[in-house]
Amino acid sequence: MPYALCFLLFMIGLYCAVVKKNMVKIVIGIMVMEYAVNLMLIMLGYHFGGVAPIIDRGQIAESFISASVDPLPQALVLTAIVISLGSLALMISICIRTYERYGTFDITQIRRLKG
Amino acid sequence: MSIPLPVFVAIPLATGFFMPICGKKLRPVATVLANLATLSLVVLAVTVIGQSSVYKIGEWPIPLGINLVLDGLSGLMLLVVSVVSFAAMLFSIKYMEQYTAKPKFLSLFLLMIAGMNGVVLSGDIFNLYVFLEIASIASYALVGFGCGHEELEASFKYMVLGSIASAFILFGIALVYGNTGNLNMAYVARAIQSSGLNKGLAFALALFIVGFGLKSALVPFHAWLPDAHPSAPAPISAMLSGVLIKTLGVYALSRVVFNIFGVSPQIGWVLVALALLSMVAGAFLAIGQWDFKRLLAYSSISQVGYVVLGIGLGAVILSHGGNLAWASLAILGGLFHLANHAVYKSLLFLTSGSVEMSTGTREMRQMGGLAERLPVTRAACTLASASIVGIPPFSGFWSKLILVIAAVQAGFIWLAAVIVVVSLLTLIMYLKVQRRVFLGPLPENLAGIQENKGSMQLAMVFLSCLCVMMGLLVIVPALKAGILDPAVKVLTDGVSYSVKVLSM
Repeated sequence: MPYALCFLLFMIGLYCAVVKKNMVKIVIGIMVMEYAVNLMLIMLGYHFGGVAPIIDRGQIAESFISASVDPLPQALVLTAIVISLGSLALMISICIRTYERYGTFDITQIRRLKG
Repeated sequence: MSIPLPVFVAIPLATGFFMPICGKKLRPVATVLANLATLSLVVLAVTVIGQSSVYKIGEWPIPLGINLVLDGLSGLMLLVVSVVSFAAMLFSIKYMEQYTAKPKFLSLFLLMIAGMNGVVLSGDIFNLYVFLEIASIASYALVGFGCGHEELEASFKYMVLGSIASAFILFGIALVYGNTGNLNMAYVARAIQSSGLNKGLAFALALFIVGFGLKSALVPFHAWLPDAHPSAPAPISAMLSGVLIKTLGVYALSRVVFNIFGVSPQIGWVLVALALLSMVAGAFLAIGQWDFKRLLAYSSISQVGYVVLGIGLGAVILSHGGNLAWASLAILGGLFHLANHAVYKSLLFLTSGSVEMSTGTREMRQMGGLAERLPVTRAACTLASASIVGIPPFSGFWSKLILVIAAVQAGFIWLAAVIVVVSLLTLIMYLKVQRRVFLGPLPENLAGIQENKGSMQLAMVFLSCLCVMMGLLVIVPALKAGILDPAVKVLTDGVSYSVKVLSM
């Protein structure tokens, strides 16, 4: 069920990116998609009542593994967040440059390339 | 001598980060360094060709750490990437003088090369995604490098579709991790073999096909390519059309389909259908274009169709348990066409850059009679056109011939017919280029233009020589056994990839 909700969020982002006419809203849609995927990754590693995956001296490894959450997806999400931050910065700067050139964010009015 | 695999990523990455430090005074130094970096990558790629090895980063055992895998297919792709990037870098020495921020350009260019080499070498799907994003983000910035109206629009379009593709791929990776508990390609392949394809994994495979299909611009997903490729500076167009869509799209797709998930008839037919659509639609759309670079971009869509057709046909034959030799022939045709297309399409984009620099326009209706003014560019363009159409001694002929033979052998005569018909359409579009650009009367305002000398000529002549000699790769048995056969074998071996990687 939570996975289905993640997928729903992903589809909402995709809908926003495909349908909206404002460049900034398209960027927001793409970011919603990326965050849906990040959420999905975190959920994969989480189980109810899990503890942080930091082992202390004196803890038994076997019982600790069954109690803690999976740390790998968290590392993946950190990397994915950094990547999406990079592409977000680039996208927004392209949006600003385009606004300077065309004086609008509306993609229906930014149509020089056709065919 | 064994070369540690991370150097393929480290050299362009280190040089790339050095570039922005160089100010105006150090510009020549930056240019020389960037060219040395690409040259050293060519040398390294030639030395590792045909070898296979696994590099474990930080000596961590395989499922725990990240590993880089070099096998036949990676070796072939490394060679193609480094040769094309060498030529494009050589070309950009002179071509990029018309832009102001040359060190930034070189930096992004080298980052893109680092990303592509990483994609090709990675043995871990999440790592593949990271490198794929490095290469894509660098290419988004390069498409918009001119900061004119059209460049920005094309860059935004490319970036939106590229980011959606990346989100699909990451979603697929999340599903794979959730279903198999591993990210290492060899371990994932083993887990899928033992558990079979459940619903989650099948969905992940569909997401991968859409994501990598978007990156390789197969036809229902091609909308960004005809805008993005012409808007970039000419050497970057050459890189994008020549190698980027192939490493991020075709290579990654065939790695995932053949080596991780294993082939099935459905997937094979999906690939063949996408390929046929791309070939036919790309060719028809290209004929109607009047913008020189836009025509080349549409022709790229059609040519990538050939590559995917060979690979998809191989998947169909393999999954039906057909003759291994036939499947190998189809895949050989696909991969050989990939290498050929990388060479002649980048050459065509370089010639278009040379024409644009001399005449100041890309509109073919305003050109004509350039043959006498630009003899070297004309010769290079004619050679590349002859190759892409498939005139016998040149490279394109051999790969198309192999594809036709493979299709007939496997009993799909209609596929062979489509290949020949699309070749004829390609002939029409390149005759149009020759007639409109190089033949006919010279317009008065272009009477005084000069041929571009120096590094631009050198790069074009280098790629022209390759165009003529590429046929040797299949004619000389030693070269075929050394370069193409190992690459074909990686794909025909399919999921036994995992066994091989884990035993190395």
